[in-house]
Amino acid sequence: MAEITLDQIIQPENMVYTRSRIMTDTVLHYCPGCGHGTVHRLLAEVIEELDLQSETIGITPVGCSVLMYNYMDIDMQEAAHGRAPALATAIKRLMSEKFVFTYQGDGDLAAIGTAETIHACNRGENITILFINNGIYGMTGGQMAPTTLPDMKASTCPYGRDVQMMGNPLKITDIVATLPGSYYVTRQSVHTPGNVRKAKKAIRKAVEYQKRNQGTCFVEIVSNCNSGWKMTPVDANQWLEENMLPFYPLGDLKVPEE
Amino acid sequence: MAKVRGAIVVDTERCKGCELCVGACPTDVIGMAEEVNSKGYHYAYMKNPEACTGCVNCAIICPDGVISVYRVKTT
Ligand SMILES: Cc1ncc(C[n+]2csc(CCOP(=O)(O)OP(=O)(O)O)c2C)c(N)n1
Ligand code: SF4
Ligand code: SF4
Ligand code: SF4
Repeated sequence: MAEITLDQIIQPENMVYTRSRIMTDTVLHYCPGCGHGTVHRLLAEVIEELDLQSETIGITPVGCSVLMYNYMDIDMQEAAHGRAPALATAIKRLMSEKFVFTYQGDGDLAAIGTAETIHACNRGENITILFINNGIYGMTGGQMAPTTLPDMKASTCPYGRDVQMMGNPLKITDIVATLPGSYYVTRQSVHTPGNVRKAKKAIRKAVEYQKRNQGTCFVEIVSNCNSGWKMTPVDANQWLEENMLPFYPLGDLKVPEE
Repeated sequence: MAKVRGAIVVDTERCKGCELCVGACPTDVIGMAEEVNSKGYHYAYMKNPEACTGCVNCAIICPDGVISVYRVKTT
């Protein structure tokens, strides 16, 4: 039998994967290899699969992902730094039929926005929070964040985080899991294809569960900031696996009782 | 015996040359082109197309969503 040619394979009916149509054609401004783009794509796929495009309102943070509204073809609103859960609370309470999510970095969610995060989750607001933890303030030049690991270098701790002087990293997702208002709390990553698949399943649950009105769904994604970490994207993902994951272990922290 | 053949199409202008797809491919299909796109990035391409199974690993690791994947069963 004659071998099949590439032209015969590359036909519309044979397509098994392409970028979700919920992603706009705008080129992402993120650094090459940055996990923000991967997480945007997963969320877009879930919104498309669940047919929620016109039902969704997203809140963008201050941080590298501030311009997320340029990349997703859904309604979005920008919040002041760290205030996304407060804005999402208002929007969800006024429009309870909508799917409302926030998308926030660790500086946004776990430093300036700690109070909003904790109180929204403790009140059990029916919102979905996507928390991108890259251990650093990416946008402003790689300063130390509450999530920066002990001994990890950042521009404001060039010799590594000295916990005696600078305090300990904050595992805010662990705190959220202890709050009565949180419903589903999980920690995932997107640094390998297998982890991308698991992260997508978790995001899908966090979206679907919002319909149950049982409380806050919270998905941490341990991600990279290769520019801030001063590594190539490939090295950054390797470093993530060896250093971030022992400190921020992956898996569910709180699952609904079925 | 049924055999699965795959192929990828890279939107070379949007590729940022991060190389995450290279390591994600279990059959070593992807290489980085000598040439660069208009932004100056060496883009991903199929250096070894016969080995592609259409597993989509490369497409789902790509932060910029620039890879489309095709798959057929041949007999
Ligand atoms: C009220 C206020 N304070 C400080 C800043 C400066 N600022 C901009 S982004 C940022 C931190 C972003 O870090 P993170 O949330 O981890 O997101 P990343 O950029 O890493 O994705 C800070 C402190 C600001 N824009 N507004
Ligand atoms: S600075 Fe870091 S978080 Fe921001 S786009 Fe670049 S790699 Fe991503
Ligand atoms: S689809 Fe799978 S086999 Fe083909 S290039 Fe991508 S990762 Fe490699
Ligand atoms: S992962 Fe995407 S952006 Fe990175 S080199 Fe491969 S195709 Fe290009």
